[in-house]
Amino acid sequence: MTMQPLDPTKKLDIEHILENLETYHPPRKGWTWRDVPTEGVNMGPFHFRDMSKPLKNSIGLPASKYFENIDPQPSCVVTTEIASGRFEDDIRRMRMAAWHGADHIMVIRTTGQSHIDGLLEGTPEGIGGVPITRKQIRASRKACDQIEEEVGRPINFHSYVSGVAGPEVAVLFAEEGINGAHQDPQYNVLYRNVNMYRSFVDAAEAKKVMAGARIFQIDGAHNANATAKAGWLVMPELMVQHGINCAFSVAVGMDPNLIGLSTVPPNAPPAPKLWYDLPYAVALRDFFSEFKMRAQQNTRYIEADIEEAVRTHTVDTLISMLTRADIQSTITPDEGRNVPWHYNNIRGVQTVKQTWAALDGIKELLTLNHDGPLGEMVRDLKERAVAFLEEVIENGGYFAAVEKGFFVDSAKYPQRNGDGIARDGKGGVGAGTLIVRDADYFAPVCDHFGHNHLPTGITKACDAIGGCTLCKPEKIVFIDELDPEDSCNARLAKTLPYRKGNAIKPEAEWAGDGTVLIQLFVPQNEDIAPVYAVEMAKKMGLLDPEVINTMVLHPSEGCFVEVKGKVAFDIDKTTLKIPEKEVILPEQELRDVAKALGLRVVAGTVGEDEHSVGMREILDIKHGGIEKYGVKYHYLGTSVPIGKLVDAAIETGAQAILISTIISHNDVHRAQMKKLAELCKEKGIRDQIILIAGGTQVNRDMAKETGLDATFGRGTKGIHVVNAMVKTLKARGVV
Amino acid sequence: MTDERIAKFDTRREELAKLSNDQLKSRFWELTNKMVEPIIDLAKTHTSPSIERAILLRMGVDSVSSHGVVDRILEAGLLGKGAGHVVLKLSQTSGKDIRGAAQAILDDKNVLNGLF
Repeated sequence: MTMQPLDPTKKLDIEHILENLETYHPPRKGWTWRDVPTEGVNMGPFHFRDMSKPLKNSIGLPASKYFENIDPQPSCVVTTEIASGRFEDDIRRMRMAAWHGADHIMVIRTTGQSHIDGLLEGTPEGIGGVPITRKQIRASRKACDQIEEEVGRPINFHSYVSGVAGPEVAVLFAEEGINGAHQDPQYNVLYRNVNMYRSFVDAAEAKKVMAGARIFQIDGAHNANATAKAGWLVMPELMVQHGINCAFSVAVGMDPNLIGLSTVPPNAPPAPKLWYDLPYAVALRDFFSEFKMRAQQNTRYIEADIEEAVRTHTVDTLISMLTRADIQSTITPDEGRNVPWHYNNIRGVQTVKQTWAALDGIKELLTLNHDGPLGEMVRDLKERAVAFLEEVIENGGYFAAVEKGFFVDSAKYPQRNGDGIARDGKGGVGAGTLIVRDADYFAPVCDHFGHNHLPTGITKACDAIGGCTLCKPEKIVFIDELDPEDSCNARLAKTLPYRKGNAIKPEAEWAGDGTVLIQLFVPQNEDIAPVYAVEMAKKMGLLDPEVINTMVLHPSEGCFVEVKGKVAFDIDKTTLKIPEKEVILPEQELRDVAKALGLRVVAGTVGEDEHSVGMREILDIKHGGIEKYGVKYHYLGTSVPIGKLVDAAIETGAQAILISTIISHNDVHRAQMKKLAELCKEKGIRDQIILIAGGTQVNRDMAKETGLDATFGRGTKGIHVVNAMVKTLKARGVV
Repeated sequence: MTDERIAKFDTRREELAKLSNDQLKSRFWELTNKMVEPIIDLAKTHTSPSIERAILLRMGVDSVSSHGVVDRILEAGLLGKGAGHVVLKLSQTSGKDIRGAAQAILDDKNVLNGLF
């Protein structure tokens, strides 16, 4: 089934994506790395050393317009996490993130899904994440299949294989073309209190299934950073945790190229981050040279300050570049705010893109000095990690060590704070549920782990049933909805006016949620400022106002406050007066007219104004001004009286007068513009001359009221002015 | 206990200090592999309700039915044979297809009597 390619000028049609899902199968399976030319990538005026091929469609960093709109794409895969509880809204965000350079999209599961004993079906609404179901995956993957065509790079779609239904989730993922997944039995044991034996036995099956579908695996070791009070002290243990999952996965049959370590630089400023995070990053990459590095950004010490998060994440990315990252993950810098502001996903991706471009090829310019303290610290971590392993084995192995609370102790090994997470081997979710396989145990399917007694004559297990779903996808059973009330269709009906109708509301989490963020400075102390901000938001008409960030600027002088709330009203799109887009004539046509008519202008800054920068940029060839198009100018300087400009125009035979009014008070700029039109009328030249004004307080709508031919505001270039002149001449029938 | 552990660590450390970086790395992996070996054996020889449901899924049985079927097989004491094995055998003896056999188990668990 071929899909219509997406049109960048049109929104994703969610209802269309949901059509015919029951027969949709992903065209591609398995993980994809970026295409990185070894010779580097030339873009615009630059040569990049550590970049992948550019995208077909993308949006560059804000400054890219100064650099021929280049959008260099890092050599590593870049992750963003998108999960609002409604996948139908998230897939629009995936498209936006892909346009900014994300090619690994992780969907966090709804709260509590890891304790559900089986698969969920349908599309219920989630809390803090999305209920992962076949329909949700299939629709999201189908959307990603179209989005990757649009941007020109495969998207890796990712979720989680943990909890007590791991093997089933893994099969679901393999069937539906999920490309990456978290899988780490230790995570279940330590953080989800799943019985330790059950967790590892299930994990072996899940990993085997993942390996068969070439799903990239990410482990869960970084959670120790997030859980331990002093995340930067648990580094030797983290290496052990990574080691256990890697060794276990390889033993089950996974390809080391598809095994990733989820690693976070554990420290954050104001700590001297580099002295902890760099030796750790180096030690880890030394020991795990066969495996892939998925570098995550630090969230442990970030609460609500976006800028603080971005700064820490920039340093995290620097550490990735100084060492190695195969996947650079980003995390929305507003985790502490509990609202997945999707534009902050984009900011996270931009942080990586910006850092990566700025520091491109850093390893060719700088090398780490292993001879000094770095080498000593690296060695120290490695020795502690090995000693940790020796002690585990001496104590009876992994399970015994977990029972004794070896893991997630917040002290630096071998010190102990006694706050490690100890689990009872006989306890936890799913305790006592393991069954010994009989001698004639048989599983007639592919990618099954462990003893499997195939009947005589059968060499491929699933031949016994004429093929399993992994070989014959048409055998997969698609369940659409179990509860039509709690489904995407019910939600989509409600949000229809905001998606396909004319109603507009801002959006942060869900279509039409109306959520906005207001930033303000309040000249009051930190007790008063947030209370004031809520009152202010209420008076502005916002619903459910809530302060999400307060930063003290001075104990008594005041605070920066951010307050979120919901806009209660819609605005009908048809009532908006959208200014018509100015169509610029082809450059050659502009040049031809300028040459044929010998176009010349008289220009000056009017009023009591000594600023001339803006006008010079419009005029001079070196700034791409009107001169570039063959228009001659006569510049009279600053604070020029209107009369002098008109006289000069008559004297020189100029076809146009350009005035600039940069800073004005009490509408002086308007008065000057009107005066220009009136004076030209008095002199009887209004019909022969083109009158144009510009300035920071001027806009395109002012031409009519002031009687001028064209008016321009910020961001105007010479070409816009020449274009207006030629258009006026055309309207008058001169050309 | 703590002092004893720290003293032991210091002894280990003295030994480890003698290893080159490469030897230290090999030691790390040698110990890690040693640690997971018994866990792999456990996984090879055991199964769980989720593993068995994941097998039924691959046989084309839907998620809701596979849940009930594995529960019935567990109650009948046959999960050690493999749920897929049980359903396949019933399918062969009853002439039903795989989904039909799964449904038959859901309808009446007595169909499992005397199957093995």
